[in-house]
Amino acid sequence: MSYINKPKVAHPSLPTNSLGLTRRQYEGSMSTLCAGCGHDSVTAAMVEACWGLSMQPEQLVKLSGIGCSSKTTAYFVSGSHGFNSVHGRMPSIASGANAANRSLTYVGISGDGDSLSIGMGQLVHVIRRNVNMLYLIENNGVYGLTKGQFSASADIGTKAKRGETNSSPPIDPVLLALTLGATFVARSFSGDKAQLVPLIQAGMRHNGFALIDVLSPCVTFNDHEGSTKSYGFTREHYHPAVEADFVPRAQEIAVDYPAGEAIPVSLHDGSRVILRKLDPLYDPTDRGAAYNYIENKLKQNEYVTGLIHIDEADNTEFHTLNRTAAMPLNSIPFERLSPGSVALDKLMARYR
Amino acid sequence: MPSLIAEANRINDFVVKFANVNGTGSASANSLIMKAIFRMGVPVTGKNYFPSNIQGLPTWYEIRVTREGYAARASHVDIMVAMNAETYAKDIRELRSGGYLIYDSTWPRSALLQRGDITVIAVPLAKLVNENFDGVRNRILLKNIAYAGVLAALLDVDLTVISALLSESYGKKPKLLDSNTRALRLGYDYVKENLTSPLPLRVEHMEKTRGHIMIDGNTAAGLGCVYAGATVGAWYPITPSTSLMDAFKGFCERYRVDAETGERNFAVLQAEDELAAVGMVLGASWNGARAFTPTSGPGISLMNEFIGLGYYAEVPCVIFDVQRVGPSTGMPTRTQQGDILICAYASHGDTRHVLLFPANPEECFYMAVQAFDLAERLQTPVFVLSDLDIGMNDWMCPDLKWDDAYQPDRGKVLSKQEIDGLEKFYRYLDRDDDAIPYRTLPGTSAKGAYFTRGSGHNQYGGYTEDSAEYQVVLDRLKRKFTTATKYVPKPVLIGKGNNSVGIVSIGSCDGAIREALDVLMLQKIEVDYLRIKAFPFNTDVEAFLKSHATIFVVEQNRDAQLKALLTLETAVEKSKLFSILSYSGLPISAHPIVDEIRAKLAEAPRLTAVPR
Repeated sequence: MSYINKPKVAHPSLPTNSLGLTRRQYEGSMSTLCAGCGHDSVTAAMVEACWGLSMQPEQLVKLSGIGCSSKTTAYFVSGSHGFNSVHGRMPSIASGANAANRSLTYVGISGDGDSLSIGMGQLVHVIRRNVNMLYLIENNGVYGLTKGQFSASADIGTKAKRGETNSSPPIDPVLLALTLGATFVARSFSGDKAQLVPLIQAGMRHNGFALIDVLSPCVTFNDHEGSTKSYGFTREHYHPAVEADFVPRAQEIAVDYPAGEAIPVSLHDGSRVILRKLDPLYDPTDRGAAYNYIENKLKQNEYVTGLIHIDEADNTEFHTLNRTAAMPLNSIPFERLSPGSVALDKLMARYR
Repeated sequence: MPSLIAEANRINDFVVKFANVNGTGSASANSLIMKAIFRMGVPVTGKNYFPSNIQGLPTWYEIRVTREGYAARASHVDIMVAMNAETYAKDIRELRSGGYLIYDSTWPRSALLQRGDITVIAVPLAKLVNENFDGVRNRILLKNIAYAGVLAALLDVDLTVISALLSESYGKKPKLLDSNTRALRLGYDYVKENLTSPLPLRVEHMEKTRGHIMIDGNTAAGLGCVYAGATVGAWYPITPSTSLMDAFKGFCERYRVDAETGERNFAVLQAEDELAAVGMVLGASWNGARAFTPTSGPGISLMNEFIGLGYYAEVPCVIFDVQRVGPSTGMPTRTQQGDILICAYASHGDTRHVLLFPANPEECFYMAVQAFDLAERLQTPVFVLSDLDIGMNDWMCPDLKWDDAYQPDRGKVLSKQEIDGLEKFYRYLDRDDDAIPYRTLPGTSAKGAYFTRGSGHNQYGGYTEDSAEYQVVLDRLKRKFTTATKYVPKPVLIGKGNNSVGIVSIGSCDGAIREALDVLMLQKIEVDYLRIKAFPFNTDVEAFLKSHATIFVVEQNRDAQLKALLTLETAVEKSKLFSILSYSGLPISAHPIVDEIRAKLAEAPRLTAVPR
């Protein structure tokens, strides 16, 4: 049962972050997913990322839809409010919540069914609305809770556990997000925590919508021979093009990067992402080039991973465009919201 | 209902209907006449019968001049301003015997004169306008003002009042003011020089509109949301609710933008569909903002899944359903009360929702505020069931008033200090024995954090598949609905209350019923009338149903949805409820109510309407 809380007693020698909190204090309820599920690795990466950012637990808001992936919001940072909404509709809950209080950090966790089938409309529009949030898709190509049907991200030719072959083309959330003009698009693999953690941190600090597509194998229904979303296949075919190191605000860049290979990008809150190009041909700031590069690699059965595209100069975040007050809307005193009797009496003249 | 009340005297008591072509700018001329009569102190109502179309199809506007102050549609027409040649035949048929037809005689239509019991008033409007003005569009617009001038002369509308209205509209545009004034005089002078005026049906100054305004319900509801302190509005455009969000946005731009910084204390999200719109409202309300969505029937159908989540996860949510004609797309620009049942029980599983039934724009304003208080007090979705008639038509209402002492009821939201004082926070525990739990807002404190879910949960907020734990929560939700009866507005009783015959109704039927009561009274038929303002029904409703032997349930749908709800949710015997139904898409009028009550009472002598 996912409400079973893990004991939070921590060994005194465990390292603490700048808030004096250990990693244990960023954990959530016990996972009820299958042993070896890729999603649990994402959960571990979320814990690590929040701990590393010294995030106040109550400053984080966790949102999800329905499905195996959407359960994972219960498994990290139990000191944060979580909202497990309805299937495919998390983006609207996130949009409303973010409108009400722009000061918190919003993380939505979804899956390929939740995002690319039932929730496709909402995903597309939350990208377009440019809501300031991290949207993480735990992508495994199958429906787990209903026992192994193909999802919309299943590749052509991939085999289901029961033997049938998928013939419909996949929807790639990364290509989709690039098409829609998302300003932070990344792909990673649940088995590569070193790559995933800084991506999560940078995505949370990005001012605007950040999408991370995480290939997160389903050990029960999609980890067999012939599947293109298995651990084995993913390990063989994933292609890190650009790694990202996250440097929190007010921290010095400690690593010496060879000249020309590292591109520092300043994020909204003063933190930085250092992009390290593993493929010299790759340019993560050029959206069109990024799209072509990924599409070409996909044709060669290669999943490009890393921080695929970032545009930190973009100024279309929802509240920026709306010119919303800096003070969260849910905190503005009533007296400033209700115009009062004098204004109403005056207004009545318009209707005579 | 002049045919029954005071046939002889038709001063300040008649109906003018304008037959126009959609998109020709006739609305401003029609509203000019209506406002002028209103400013002369004479009560008026304005009803718009428009097509689901942008330009070209027929559209009608009806002004009822009603010295008694009746709010309902009259079921007859005294004067037809026939400005659409395509609908001449229909428009002439609609005129009551002895009525007047005004038409543009630039193109004479002798066929029009075939009805002998009406007076045809021919004015060469196009000719007059074309001789005096240039430009195709300009001429079309000014022809409207010219017929307003014709009416002003025929009805004896005070020209100084009309001039004042024109000055207010075009004061900053002297050229427009001049052309409109000239066009008005063209029509006015033509009548004075060529025809007998005024008509026996005419307007005289009264003193019955002081302290009143002319407003539509969507504007009033949008204003109510501003006054209630709503900061987040989410919507998908749908007729006839669109003007509610337009009003909210307009008022916010006036009252909620910082003059120095330009910062806005509101956010309006135009969603991709109604599913997202209500999701945004739930997200924002969950996060502590007052949030709402305006929609209509098709939107409610789409919102059902999320409404169930709001009910079960106990998230406040305010939904305005400006009802239109269903089923399916139906007739989007016609009115109905067809969403009562879908709103009362929206979503799968055992759900019941709080409904408010405003009867007019004034109540739209006050009930908007009440809806937020109820939603946050009860932590549940609340529906305001307006309709197209209330939402989009022009009603005369008392001035809207605001009590500066009002403080919003934010319900049981724990502050950081309160959470710190708890041993542990449990989201769904009934600590006060009123079935309403405490909630916390994100960002307040890690100790108050909880996990919101639509899946099975126990009273501590944890996931459960345990039957007993599940039932504890479900049973409390049922008790919470009983708690709601204490908070929702009480019904309004008209009459002594001790008659054996009663009427029960909701919302926009009110005007027609009040008028029917007057007519019945003249015929010595005394009937009590209870207007229900909310669901769940409180004890006053139950008592009225119990104490009346014969009850007419008046509503605007085919399937007697209010009657169904009454039989499901109260102890009333079904056999003593008689439906009076109107579902043509036009607002209900007093006639059918009077006729059906009289017929029923005549057919069954035991149903005599005398005091017990």
